[in-house]
Amino acid sequence: MIKTTELTKVFGENTVLKNISTTIKPGEVVAVIGPSGSGKSTFLRCLNLLEEPSAGDIEIDGKVITTPKVNKLEVRKNIGMVFQHFHLFPHMTVLDNVTYAPIKVKKFSKEAAEEMGKELLAKVGLSDKVEAYPNRLSGGQKQRVAIARALAMDPEVMLFDEPTSALDPEMVKEVLDVMKDLAQTGMTMVVVTHEMNFAKEVADRILFLDNGVLMEEGEPSTFFAKPKTQRAKDFLDKVL
Amino acid sequence: MNLDFSQIVPYIPFILKGIGATLQFVSVSIIIGLFLGIILALFKIMKKPILRWFADAYTSIFRGTPLILQLWIIYFAVPQLSGYDISAFLSAVLAFGLNSAAYVSEIIRAGILAVDKGQTEAAEALGVPYKSMMANIILPQAIKNILPALMNEFITLTKESALVATIGYLDLMRRAQIVGADLYRNFEPLLIAGVIYWVMVFVLTKIGRMLERRLRKSD
Repeated sequence: MIKTTELTKVFGENTVLKNISTTIKPGEVVAVIGPSGSGKSTFLRCLNLLEEPSAGDIEIDGKVITTPKVNKLEVRKNIGMVFQHFHLFPHMTVLDNVTYAPIKVKKFSKEAAEEMGKELLAKVGLSDKVEAYPNRLSGGQKQRVAIARALAMDPEVMLFDEPTSALDPEMVKEVLDVMKDLAQTGMTMVVVTHEMNFAKEVADRILFLDNGVLMEEGEPSTFFAKPKTQRAKDFLDKVL
Repeated sequence: MNLDFSQIVPYIPFILKGIGATLQFVSVSIIIGLFLGIILALFKIMKKPILRWFADAYTSIFRGTPLILQLWIIYFAVPQLSGYDISAFLSAVLAFGLNSAAYVSEIIRAGILAVDKGQTEAAEALGVPYKSMMANIILPQAIKNILPALMNEFITLTKESALVATIGYLDLMRRAQIVGADLYRNFEPLLIAGVIYWVMVFVLTKIGRMLERRLRKSD
């Protein structure tokens, strides 16, 4: 369970997140939506401490991770992250991308890691690309490798930062399909996205952020049908 | 034209021995320079101001003064202070290694900064410790990009190594000089030394190209 309490992030003069309080339950799929610059990505990046919150608390499974003495690496071991621009390691093969962290961080044997890596790559439909280098892959394939890489650490939560925004339109579906499968396995997921259909279909709950403020949260059916705030109405008018 | 290579023939083995002497201290200097250079580069990108300051000051001193001066200070002036009679080899290795580290650290710093910040974030998000991230993710990519610049530095170092002739180290240059003085003929020994330096640099260039190709296999 992830619980944020009055989470605030300030960059210089800019307050990009203002007192965000919400709870993400185990197994829940939460879609974070809102106009660009609304703080969605910053919110997500605070959850694994890639950004350090300026104020407020984040609690994961009852443990407060926003104290100075917290071991960030320990926190991140349980939180997988998928980036908009993939950030695969270009000098490693696809399989090495997936097995690197389990071997280095979790001290898996090479054999065990590779077995698991191949299994994960099969799950995302990339069995034939095991030995390829990332530069040889399409965007959709890269993002599926990135998902496999994050899953290889066996995380309890997966964070997705606009995972399909950098993809050509015809590749969006293959990545969303993998994410849907993942959601069905009961993985806790927080997804920053512009894919409203995905949010509608797959998410259990929507967080709508605007200007750093959590304006609305609720089930997709109610949120998309009857947004409570004018800001959400305006936003949905533009994107739907 | 007054060229006569026949007289120099007996001296050729003596000159050739200089290749080993030169290669020996050049390779040790390169290793010292590379090792120290990486450490200094890491200091320069760290958040600790004191380490950054140290690395910047180091670079400023070793880049800001002539190499021959550094060499002479180590060989001639340090014994005066410490009473330790430093050998020509050790002086040469220290001067060239420490000097090269200053240049190498700047090259590597630039290489590290040129690696996409997303790489750091991806490694951090996976819980990879800083040391492993640097050693396995960031530096390999940095080195690949800066390999031509690094090779350039090694080539410069190989040629500049001739400066050790001034402290009496029996390298290629010094041997050519000795033979020249012996025969009262300078052109022939210097020409031979010149050809040997060129061949060494040529081989170094080839090795560099080979490494580059190997590192580019992921492209």
